[in-house]
Amino acid sequence: MRSACATLEIRDEADAVDAICAAKAKGDCCAIVGGGSKSGLGRFAPQAQALSTAALTGVTLYEPDELVLSARAGVPLSEIEALLDQQGQQLAFEPMDYGRLFGAETGGATIGGATIGGAIAVNAAGPRRIKAGAARDHLLGFRCVTGRGEQVKSGGRVMKNVTGYDLSKLVCGSYGTLALLTELTLKVLPKPQTECTLLAIGADEAESLALLRRATATPCEPSALAMLPAGAALALDADAAAIRLEGPAISVTARRDDLVARLASGRLRFEALDARDSKTLWRGLRDAAPVAAKVGQIWRISVAPSEGFAVVERIRRAGAPMLAHFYDWAGGLIWLCLETAPDAYAAVVRSAVDASGGHATLIRASAEARARVDVFHPQPAALAALTRRVKESFDPAHILERGRMRAEF
Amino acid sequence: MTLLMPKPEPAIMSRRNELIARLAAILPRESLIVDEVARRAYECDAFTMYRALPLLVALPESVEQVRAIMALAAEMNVKVVPRGAGTSLSGGSMPLEDGILLGMSKFNRILEIDYENRCARVQPGVQNLAISKAVEAQGFYYAPDPSSQIACSIGGNVAENSGGVHCLKYGLTTNNILGLDVVLMGGDLIRLGGKHLDSEGYDLIGLMTGSEGLLGVVTEVTVRLLQKPPVARGLLLGFASVAAGARCVGAIIARGVIPAGLEMMDKATIHAVERFQPCGYPLDAEALVIVELDGPQAEVDHLVGVVQDIAREEGATTIRASTSEAERLQFWAGRKNAFPAVSCIAPDYLCMDGTIPRARLPEALAGMDRLAKAQGLGVANVFHAGDGNLHPLILYDASKEGDIERAEKLGFDILRLCVSLGGVLTGEHGVGVEKRDLMGEMFTEVDLAQQMRLKCAFDPEGRLNPGKVFPTLHRCAELGMMHVSGGKMPFPNLPRF
Repeated sequence: MRSACATLEIRDEADAVDAICAAKAKGDCCAIVGGGSKSGLGRFAPQAQALSTAALTGVTLYEPDELVLSARAGVPLSEIEALLDQQGQQLAFEPMDYGRLFGAETGGATIGGATIGGAIAVNAAGPRRIKAGAARDHLLGFRCVTGRGEQVKSGGRVMKNVTGYDLSKLVCGSYGTLALLTELTLKVLPKPQTECTLLAIGADEAESLALLRRATATPCEPSALAMLPAGAALALDADAAAIRLEGPAISVTARRDDLVARLASGRLRFEALDARDSKTLWRGLRDAAPVAAKVGQIWRISVAPSEGFAVVERIRRAGAPMLAHFYDWAGGLIWLCLETAPDAYAAVVRSAVDASGGHATLIRASAEARARVDVFHPQPAALAALTRRVKESFDPAHILERGRMRAEF
Repeated sequence: MTLLMPKPEPAIMSRRNELIARLAAILPRESLIVDEVARRAYECDAFTMYRALPLLVALPESVEQVRAIMALAAEMNVKVVPRGAGTSLSGGSMPLEDGILLGMSKFNRILEIDYENRCARVQPGVQNLAISKAVEAQGFYYAPDPSSQIACSIGGNVAENSGGVHCLKYGLTTNNILGLDVVLMGGDLIRLGGKHLDSEGYDLIGLMTGSEGLLGVVTEVTVRLLQKPPVARGLLLGFASVAAGARCVGAIIARGVIPAGLEMMDKATIHAVERFQPCGYPLDAEALVIVELDGPQAEVDHLVGVVQDIAREEGATTIRASTSEAERLQFWAGRKNAFPAVSCIAPDYLCMDGTIPRARLPEALAGMDRLAKAQGLGVANVFHAGDGNLHPLILYDASKEGDIERAEKLGFDILRLCVSLGGVLTGEHGVGVEKRDLMGEMFTEVDLAQQMRLKCAFDPEGRLNPGKVFPTLHRCAELGMMHVSGGKMPFPNLPRF
């Protein structure tokens, strides 16, 4: 957790302009805090003060039949999800709840405290990423106050818009380092009528992952594909592949049967989870429950799906003590819990990832570890220089979240 | 002709011979076009209203050549305009008289198809449709399908963030690419993404996509491949009013159905299409809605029933559902022919591209009608109803005195109307030079200054495709130091180029 610092409540954009300009005058840096559920994310970089967006409340627009919702940045995700639920809609990118991940270690974070601003700032992406995309694919427009203290807007409220640069993509995953987001406009989508999860049990880890990739090459439209090593979830004592199907009931049943027929082989046993159990399973996987429950340092690794197993094998062979892991995104996302070490085995993890191409982020570790190793994947020189220039185009004096993403800004 | 472009710089024009000699050391003879007649072929893209003769045309075929050209351009302070297949409808690749036109057409190879990871690495000059063709035997396709897909290149699609009729369900270019190789002004090569999802830092792929060739030159694209849906069926719905058609579209979506395609056309277009090549559209309808549903057979049949019920509830005067692939294609034939059909009812047309919140459609059409009458011109409308993207086709006669100016004025008025209804200036064609001077309708000076500062982060000297997208040019140093107070910049009326 970060050390305590003065918190300033931001009630509107004018407040944000004043606070950022004042910080600029003093050369101070500012954290941006919504619900505080992600305070443990990113490099350890104490800030002079925190700007709280919790008072930026209110859903300002919701038109279900236009699939659009606008909300101020401090609105709790849970409030938005409840509102959408009343109309049978959802945020299709399945933003995770970091509370479980951080609560286990610190006891401090509260489950359900996350805000929509925070979900955008980390480019949240759950199990449905492979089909529906990440937060970046659903942010249509926003308003913000940049690190220059300027009020800027970008995008709009319509689905199709190529007017000017697509800054929405840029603020997703910027961890507050470019601007303080004040209002967000999102594409929302209908909730599927029902869902079911097919478990294929009996293949080993590598074979289960190959099976998931085969499932992606069928017309069965899986909306999530995870590989669960024995013991990771559902009290399974064997490795399993989990495949979620969503849609109208008649379609889900037909696709489930089709998938079983396509994937069946002598050694495999299939089990189906009904909608309720399926929801519980994927909520847990979304929140990284299989690794969150362990006491250790947690990495989140994104690679090509076919490389997932090789990356884990390299880490294992290099002797990093693995406490738990599982794969999402058909093998393209690895959640990994390692025994705590001062360097979080960063060199081992990163060289294993670099051999395949991709990136690894240290999600949960002590402040000391997150001060010592790069939390985000290091970049080649030309890209790092460009990244810095992009940062400085919004925030030349490094006022916002100084050092949170990269040591150099 | 009202378009002002940056004045050719004498310092560049006078060094043309030196530039030719330096480029000749980088490129083989046939890849450098110096001759005026041959350069003429590149004087415009598909936005033909404005033309300019490029200083030189370079057609590199390797990344090393692109890097060397970009390094040379930076060294000699020469402008560069990248060009894909030249199908931009907004003048995005319109040449500059003092700029190198960098044609990427020789980058035409599919480098790798990786079915296991459902992606393909392709060079930017590969045609959009060629990707789907290359993978169709395995049951895959590349989702974004702009109307120009038989000609347009994937590099151009990245530059413009191209869409197509299926983007409500399957997204635009930005939602369907995983990796980009980009050469920056100065020659640095940066590699963004790859076969994995999401970025390790700022989402520069997202920023590059739709940046209209102002930030960097794309030399490789990794695209996502999707499994082809097993079945697609179409519905043809006629309505007695545009408002009723728009209500029905809203009701379909509110019921939780996201069709693969959801198109609408007005009476003028229906009649033009039926005259051009009859395909059975109802001539009594004021609005026609085409719905396409795709997916597994059971799901599609179920959803066709749901949509038919909704159409009935919404008072559709015609309801037809396709029962064969031939019939589905027949439903689409008129829509696909809409542009050529309209060109048969008027000597010329100007295709506009605004987006509005769908519920405002009746107001938009009424407003458009009023504006068109004021200019004495006609307008036909095709509409990507699912996502609110409107394509008014302004009918005019270029041989008639003043008609071009009237058409242009009407186009601007229509786009202003879109913005005033909560919409935007361009849904998929890009700003380019066409809508550049309207950017102030949507953005404040401060909004635009931030976008221009981003350009500076990539191209500090403003040498890459200048004169496009932004209505004013500022020096980067000036933008960096600019102090903004009360939302106003110190020199709101800085002279334009």
